[in-house]
Amino acid sequence: MRAIGGGALVLAVITGFAGTALAALLLFDGAGFSGLLDTYTLSVARFTLWQATLSTLLSVLFGIPVARALARRPQFPGRIWIVRLLAVPMGLPVLIGALGLIGIWGRQGAMNDLLRMLGLAEPVSIYGLSGILLAHVFFNMPLAARLMLAGLERIPGEYWRVAASLGMPSRSVFRFIEGPVLLGLLPGVAGLIFMLCVTSFTLVLVLGGGPAATTIEVAVYQALRFDFDPGRAVALALMQITMTGILLAAMAFVPVPVEQSATLARGGRRFDGWRRQTQWVDGTVLLLATTFTGLPLLAVVLAGLKADLPALLFSPAFRRAALTSLAIALSAGCLSVMLAATIIHARAAIGSERRAGMALRGIRAGLSGAGSLILLVSPLMLGTGWFLALRPFGDVARFAPTLVIVINSLMALPFVIRVLSPAFDVHQARTGRLAASLGIQGFARLRLIDGPVLAKPVLMALSFAMALSLGDLGAVALFGSDDLVTLPYLIYSRLGSYRTNEADGFALILGFVCLLLTVVGTLGSRNRMTDDR
Amino acid sequence: MTDDCAIALSGVTLALGNATFAFDCRLPAGAITAVTGPSGSGKTTFLNLVAGFERPDAGTVSIGGQDVTALHPAERPVSLVFQDNNLFAHLDIASNIGLGIDPSLRLSAQDRAAVSTALERVGLGGFEKRRPGTLSGGERQRAAFARALVRRRPVLLLDEPFAALDPDLRAAMSALLVELHRETGNTVLIVTHDPQEVRRSADHVLFLKQGRIAVNLPAERFLSGTGVAEADTFMRQI
Repeated sequence: MRAIGGGALVLAVITGFAGTALAALLLFDGAGFSGLLDTYTLSVARFTLWQATLSTLLSVLFGIPVARALARRPQFPGRIWIVRLLAVPMGLPVLIGALGLIGIWGRQGAMNDLLRMLGLAEPVSIYGLSGILLAHVFFNMPLAARLMLAGLERIPGEYWRVAASLGMPSRSVFRFIEGPVLLGLLPGVAGLIFMLCVTSFTLVLVLGGGPAATTIEVAVYQALRFDFDPGRAVALALMQITMTGILLAAMAFVPVPVEQSATLARGGRRFDGWRRQTQWVDGTVLLLATTFTGLPLLAVVLAGLKADLPALLFSPAFRRAALTSLAIALSAGCLSVMLAATIIHARAAIGSERRAGMALRGIRAGLSGAGSLILLVSPLMLGTGWFLALRPFGDVARFAPTLVIVINSLMALPFVIRVLSPAFDVHQARTGRLAASLGIQGFARLRLIDGPVLAKPVLMALSFAMALSLGDLGAVALFGSDDLVTLPYLIYSRLGSYRTNEADGFALILGFVCLLLTVVGTLGSRNRMTDDR
Repeated sequence: MTDDCAIALSGVTLALGNATFAFDCRLPAGAITAVTGPSGSGKTTFLNLVAGFERPDAGTVSIGGQDVTALHPAERPVSLVFQDNNLFAHLDIASNIGLGIDPSLRLSAQDRAAVSTALERVGLGGFEKRRPGTLSGGERQRAAFARALVRRRPVLLLDEPFAALDPDLRAAMSALLVELHRETGNTVLIVTHDPQEVRRSADHVLFLKQGRIAVNLPAERFLSGTGVAEADTFMRQI
């Protein structure tokens, strides 16, 4: 019963937090709603959808050959490292990925030098639509490839034997085996990527800009921070929430893509792709994918090493930002884990209730929704709402750290729940009755039963949540000031004042820490999953 | 035709992880040979070597007098039936069987007629447009047989084809297998861990033990006692 009470409390807190933001947006009295239809807002909305559509299309299109090549070549030299490399963009703070992309594809970047050497007059532009697409493909093509690879690896091994024995050529294998599987995954994968690209903030902030290449998120930020036009911010924010709401509703009808340990669940040996030609195709595809994903990361490292790292590490600006970031990340991480644990416990408690009434079932459904609320109301929208709500109470900056912590913890919540939930469920199933029959409760239970088993998944989830919070620029961008400088904010402002060298140095440090935390947060999950099998 | 269809493994060795396999045998053409033995004895590996899913570390595999050691599974004169997942779940039965005629599914009217004939032969007349998911386990295996029929390969390899079926159904499917074998006169290799299956359908028996061939005898001699303790105990289980 206590678990359910806790769940109800968490539900109240989360809905209260989001509700306040929403109410502030809805109740804002200004030119708000008439602004919905002005040409600027509409063009921003159009661009948001257009770039998301193109980004999704390109990410999926390029992801397919990569997934096929990886699935077809379980013995490819260094394959496991390619699969791991494809996971890196997801663990990397977006801002740092953007820096790496500028290093390779920017005006002074290696790629444009190369193109100029080949005699191409018009180098690729990292800014504007082409830059946004490039960056979205950099972050999402690997995601698409990994999800589709996992799907291909779930194909039963007999299929490959039958195909080999029937002599099906590569084209037939694609048409009759891989194609239908990929087609089934497509709505989920494309929906996820589209959602990520619609709500993309940092990349568009850094690479876009200007009325021609602005998404709603960035337009809200600009309206609040630069133009101080809250009316427009509100109109845009409501438009964005409506849009994500429609998308989420549509995606409810689509199977969720799962990345069931892409490296372990091997569907069986492959007997196709032994012809020279396919070997060349796959080799080229994997080389291109590795280069495309790896070069910007390499650029981050090389540019970072050029900076005077020791001096940067001991500079007061860095130390202050690092401490701020750490404090925020640790608080947000702990808060997120506590929220998640309460939600999971409450859901389990309600689930085991023999006769759950309407109220209980309502709480349960509400908790599921609250866990992924951040998908509907993006961090920046929550921030905007609170920004408006707190304005009458004086300087918003006073509340900034708290707000950033809560928003960051909500950002991490869906991931934290996903990491913790299986561990908690298994643990409860194994020890719940026994502990109850022995009367082990309260602190003793935590110390003897739960602590030793759940410490690892909790630390993993915490580590993952901290990585997310450390790398986040979205929430802090709205509230950042001289009093609240996190590491991403520091990098962004150094970038803005053209102290690129320092930005590169900080980016290397932050990127390294975030990747380390993500690795801790995800590597363990694989081990645990295999242990349980 | 009969004698040149024999399957021969000479001096074949293979190491997979900690397990080592060494096979040396000639199997009669135009007969049903059961490959049996305790689990882990190498039954499926034996079949994989014949089918081409495993390449031996040493030695040669020949089918019908032709050395196939270096050939890809598609180039070997064999058809295959597994315990499960023989049919692509998202294709209808006619397409699944049509793939046995042309792996790109370019079928003439004649080919389609051949598919329907094969379906009727295995008792699945009119099932052309059905999806594998709507069929029972036994019906799915019948469809797999139909595909083997249209493939017209001289050798049929079956890996525990009836293991997932009810005992009653197994007997009926064995009878169908023997019937089809009599009509086509092909060479059949059936991997099974079921002594009943050995009794019902085998003309010849290979008994494997720890990656080696322990017994290689015609069925009637195998059933009357081999002197190899494991094989005789194995046949006494119900």
